[in-house]
Amino acid sequence: MTKKIVLPPQAGKPSDVERIKLESNYLRGSLAQSLTEQISSGINDDDNRLMKFHGSYLQDDRDLRNERQRQKLEPAYQFMVRVRAPGGIATPAQWLVMDDLANKYGNGTLKLTTRQSFQMHGILKWNMKKNVQEINAALMDTLAACGDVNRNVMCNPNPYQSDIHAEVYELARELSEYLSPRTQAYHEIWLDGEKVVNSQEVEVEPMYGELYLPRKFKIGLAVPPSNDIDVFSQDLGMIAILEDDQLVGFNIAVGGGMGMTHGDAATYPQLARVIGFCTPDKIIEVAEKVITIQRDYGNRSVRKYARFKYTVDTKGLEWIASELNNRLGWDLEAARAYRFEHNGDRYGWIKGNDGKWHYTLFIENGRVRDVDGYPLMTGLREIANIHTGDFRLSPNQNLVISNVTSQKKKEIVELLERHNMTDGAHHSALRRSSMSCVAFPTCGLAMAEAERYLPLLVDKIEVLLDESGLRDKEIVIRMSGCPNGCSRPALGEIAFIGKAPGKYNMYVGASFAGDRLNKIYRENVGEEEILALLKPLLAQYAKERLEGEHFGDFVIRSGHVNAVQNGLDFHDEVASTNA
Amino acid sequence: MTLQVMNSPFNEQQVALLNQLLPALTETQQIWLGGYLSARQIEKTPSESSSTAVLEAQEIVEKVITKEVTILFGSQTGNAQALAGKLTKNLQAKNFNVTLTSMNDFKVNTLKKIDNLLLIVSTHGEGDPPDTALPFYEFLLGKRAPRLENLQYSVLALGDSSYEYFCHTGKEFDERLLELGAKQLSPRVDCDLDFDEPAEEWFATVLVALNHLQGSHSAVDQQAVTGEDASAEAEYSRTNPFKAEILENLNLNGRGSNKETRHIELSLEGSNLQFEPGDSLGVYPQNDPELVDALIAELSWNGDDPVAVNKQGTFRPLREALLSTVEITVLTKPLLQKLAELTANPALKELVVAGKERELKDYMYGRDLLDVVRDFAPWQVPACEFIAILRKIPARLYSIASSQKANPDEVHLTVGTLRYEAHDRQRLGVCSGELALRAQPGDHLSVYVQSNQNFRLPANPNTPIIMIGPGTGIAPFRAFLEEREEIGAEGKTWLFFGDQHYTTDFLYQTEWQRFAKEGILTQIDVAFSRDTADKVYVQHRMLEKSQELFEWLEEGAVLYVCGDEKHMAADVHDTLETILQDEGGLNAKEAADYLAEMQQQKRYQRDVY
Ligand code: SRM
Ligand SMILES: Cc1cc2nc3c(=O)[nH]c(=O)nc-3n(C[C@H](O)[C@H](O)[C@H](O)COP(=O)(O)OP(=O)(O)OC[C@H]3O[C@@H](n4cnc5c(N)ncnc54)[C@H](O)[C@@H]3O)c2cc1C
Ligand SMILES: Cc1cc2nc3c(=O)[nH]c(=O)nc-3n(C[C@H](O)[C@H](O)[C@H](O)COP(=O)(O)O)c2cc1C
Ligand code: SF4
Repeated sequence: MTKKIVLPPQAGKPSDVERIKLESNYLRGSLAQSLTEQISSGINDDDNRLMKFHGSYLQDDRDLRNERQRQKLEPAYQFMVRVRAPGGIATPAQWLVMDDLANKYGNGTLKLTTRQSFQMHGILKWNMKKNVQEINAALMDTLAACGDVNRNVMCNPNPYQSDIHAEVYELARELSEYLSPRTQAYHEIWLDGEKVVNSQEVEVEPMYGELYLPRKFKIGLAVPPSNDIDVFSQDLGMIAILEDDQLVGFNIAVGGGMGMTHGDAATYPQLARVIGFCTPDKIIEVAEKVITIQRDYGNRSVRKYARFKYTVDTKGLEWIASELNNRLGWDLEAARAYRFEHNGDRYGWIKGNDGKWHYTLFIENGRVRDVDGYPLMTGLREIANIHTGDFRLSPNQNLVISNVTSQKKKEIVELLERHNMTDGAHHSALRRSSMSCVAFPTCGLAMAEAERYLPLLVDKIEVLLDESGLRDKEIVIRMSGCPNGCSRPALGEIAFIGKAPGKYNMYVGASFAGDRLNKIYRENVGEEEILALLKPLLAQYAKERLEGEHFGDFVIRSGHVNAVQNGLDFHDEVASTNA
Repeated sequence: MTLQVMNSPFNEQQVALLNQLLPALTETQQIWLGGYLSARQIEKTPSESSSTAVLEAQEIVEKVITKEVTILFGSQTGNAQALAGKLTKNLQAKNFNVTLTSMNDFKVNTLKKIDNLLLIVSTHGEGDPPDTALPFYEFLLGKRAPRLENLQYSVLALGDSSYEYFCHTGKEFDERLLELGAKQLSPRVDCDLDFDEPAEEWFATVLVALNHLQGSHSAVDQQAVTGEDASAEAEYSRTNPFKAEILENLNLNGRGSNKETRHIELSLEGSNLQFEPGDSLGVYPQNDPELVDALIAELSWNGDDPVAVNKQGTFRPLREALLSTVEITVLTKPLLQKLAELTANPALKELVVAGKERELKDYMYGRDLLDVVRDFAPWQVPACEFIAILRKIPARLYSIASSQKANPDEVHLTVGTLRYEAHDRQRLGVCSGELALRAQPGDHLSVYVQSNQNFRLPANPNTPIIMIGPGTGIAPFRAFLEEREEIGAEGKTWLFFGDQHYTTDFLYQTEWQRFAKEGILTQIDVAFSRDTADKVYVQHRMLEKSQELFEWLEEGAVLYVCGDEKHMAADVHDTLETILQDEGGLNAKEAADYLAEMQQQKRYQRDVY
């Protein structure tokens, strides 16, 4: 039993969230009461902060906000619930539960997220408890899906090397398990677990402590050549090293992140940097120590500077590496060689080396719903009803129907066809490489549309692609409704970050493999300008590109933007063409 | 002395008749006739009620007369009360010693001591007495009622002929008093919604009878009887409504709701109309122009033809009259009987014959004049004749939803839009439909204040109040809380609200939230019936909190119920009885008495419709 964790003193007055955590008695706060209070379908701000640790956010339908205010009604409050799925793996039974809950309590859709978890939107306060209990009964949970803790651990769904995947996934699961909060609050509040009284001396959270982390913390495991999880966008990235097809260990990369704040150059997207190598049996220990460094030194005063990437950049990479070695009591080995080729998904059927089949289904922006002529949600439900393998949520918001036996394959193909579900082959390769965050109407931070708009924008871009004969050229395009960058836009060869309704900052020049950030190309542009800007770029790319040259590399070679070597340079001297 | 042409204004024939008649009359009859004739002069139009008065004149007996008169009223929405007040003024002006009391303040044991009783009572529910009349009603119609040989009385019954039990309560009182041996001072008059004229006539005959009993020959002074003292006309009132500008008209139900509830703000600037929380606002609606035009077309009338819109003979163009003067949406038995005379179609006559009541009722439900006109053609009726038999369009009452202290010069309403399909036509409530579809900010509505003494905040601001108001029943409680805030009342407040869906139908939600935050609303419990599989209503929430609720009642809390009469009010009442039994250990009888007692003490007040 550990003693209470005491943090080293820090400059600056602690942020309000720190107070809330401190007073919350390990994430309890007054949530239990707030959830039953009748006068509002929302909950108070303090409890909402804590709610995030329980995997849910209070939101409101922003489409209705103003109109309801006039009607003397409070905002249309509803909860978003995020269900963790380490490595994005869910059984057919679990899929069916998600589907059922989304329809029973939610808005009838499921969102497959950029971190391989499930989200449901539109759940009313009165249904939250039932909802969480049913999720729990399906052996899934929402604890720590959000909040200042370690988030859903990502891992490449990798259908190719089945054996490697099994190994890496198992590690992701163990990490996720080990790094979960230990508080009983979750069981008390949602699962009617009986109240435990926390003794004053004993530490309930042996790793986190009662203040948890200064900010969210994200871990992802990549298996080259695929960088689909965008390993360099993680606070802690682990790159699997394979030697003669055996997993020998992981390169450790630290300090990545996408988020920034418009107009604050002290905030920036950053890529994680490799500091060494360790064997698979060590990674939990490594993760724990890295997290405790961030726990002790992360900025607890200003939340927008609190992510690990800023801790790394202020303390310096060397300091972090040596501090880590100290805490481990042994040194990381020298990093090993690896090579990433792409960060997108590979669609359609492929056969794993264990003879099982895997089908990667294109799901535009990860939104699972039924629409006229495209009953996606129903189709997946019917597949889940007969599927004997598993489902894997991809880091690009797509879905892999995994471990299909040759016998079952026919049936599933049949169901796919019956519901017009495809690998998206009829779409442009650009659309199949597109990704967008949620944004309006549910996201409280959205400044511009994203999920609802990107598909329409792509329709128009596809016209340009056809003009230049680029329909089958993979170009990674991403859109986020605000600079938080939930669709990892800083790693898009073409990217849009919302500034105001209908207005975006446009970025280009990230690498196809997700190891170079993009650069601002134009500020505050609307659809017309966007298309006007893209038309010549695409035309020129079609004509002048070198053999196998990707769009992101091309715009740099042809001088449209400068390459960003380090997040610290993200905001500097914008390329001349932008004058 | 005998009459001669010389000493009288009569011609020979008249003199002969009079000389023949007068000696034959008893003294009483002569005196009565004197009074009657003088009263006749002031009556603008001779009416059924006064002529029947002549027939029943004989019934009046000789006895020693006092100037003591007791006026007893039973009123729910204030009409009877207003009339009682008016009559009091008139009689006092004639030096009568008047005792005016509401039935619920009336000491029943004093009944035997009374000589002259004037009873004004309305009917509510399905032929039920007004809440405030209940204790007296039960006493009088019950076994404990004493013999009343010495009592002389007259009843003015208020009602609405579109209800099956028209003026039922008034009739019951009348019959019961006779049964108990009391004598009719003058015959009962039953008033329909446009009750002013019949009420005036009743006043007149009553006054005559009283005068006569006093043996007073004083000519009846018109002013006092009609009570229309000069100033009254200047003031805005039900008979002289104020044209209030609409300031705001918005839908309180969020997108996706099955309901539409309008929040309406009107300007009272310049009206100097005063009101208290608990009062209602009368609104004179306009009929739906489409319905009016359909009617005109159906009868191939000309909308511009002038028609008389009152007995005084004011003329207005037909279309205008149909829009704003007469009622064309509600069918009543008397109306159909009159219409039966105007159509060549025998079917209508067959429908209104005695014994066919059930068929008639079924026919009338959900139908309007247009249906009748279509179903029973052909009609060869000049518009003027047709219009003459229609009722005046009655004002609709709306519980005032604002406090005048909080919003001087304004009055707010909460109006549920009434939409329904009947006999394969989409139908709209006349007034709520107008407010939802046509009334725009800037337009004007004819309104008046209907005071309601039976729905009042406790005089003591520290007294706790419990407010039960699902749906539009919430309206007066918004006024209550605004008022309590203005006067800085300290007393606890507890609101029960319910509707269909939390997200779309929580009327005035943000205001309750503010009241709660500021401590003006102590507690709120809500029930939304369509959010869960098993329907929950306010009474279920009351049961969940029964212990606390009982404690509040024991602490002397005043309990208010407003809204739907048919189901809600009754369910809430039963629930209260249950709570009193469960928490107070009372038996059924005791629980009922407890509530009756509360009603008596004005600690249980209802504004239901
Ligand atoms: C659902 C999801 C986007 C999607 O379309 O898939 C998402 C949605 C939201 N993100 Fe995110 N983020 C999601 C992945 C990301 C990623 C990508 C990643 O993690 O690989 C990032 C960039 C990486 C990073 O963290 O730097 C990301 C960076 C943020 C940030 C900025 C954090 C920062 O420190 O810079 C915020 C705002 C915050 O935390 O204050 C945020 C906040 C949010 C919130 C909860 C808005 C809020 O705080 O009120 C969004 C909920 C919208 C909604 O209505 O559902 N989200 N968010 C992704 C869910 C991931 C998961 O399953 O856990
Ligand atoms: C004291 C008092 C206070 C009131 N306060 C309020 C208030 O605060 N808010 C409010 O909204 N209302 C209130 N009302 C009710 C209001 O006065 C009107 O009765 C209501 O608005 C309907 O009037 P209308 O002109 O719109 O409908 P009308 O044209 O008068 O139609 C009403 C009639 O339509 C018929 N009808 C209704 N539904 C059907 C059906 N499904 N099938 C067939 N026929 C049907 C019934 O005969 C009903 O009487 C109050 C009433 C009273 C007496
Ligand atoms: C809810 C309700 C029910 C009514 N029921 C009847 C009834 O059954 N019979 C009747 O003759 N009048 C009925 N009326 C009409 C009233 O008696 C009439 O409006 C009367 O003028 C009200 O007088 P008051 O304001 O003194 O209560 C009813 C009115 C309301 C609002
Ligand atoms: S990027 Fe911004 S708008 Fe998009 S989901 Fe994240 S927080 Fe919301």
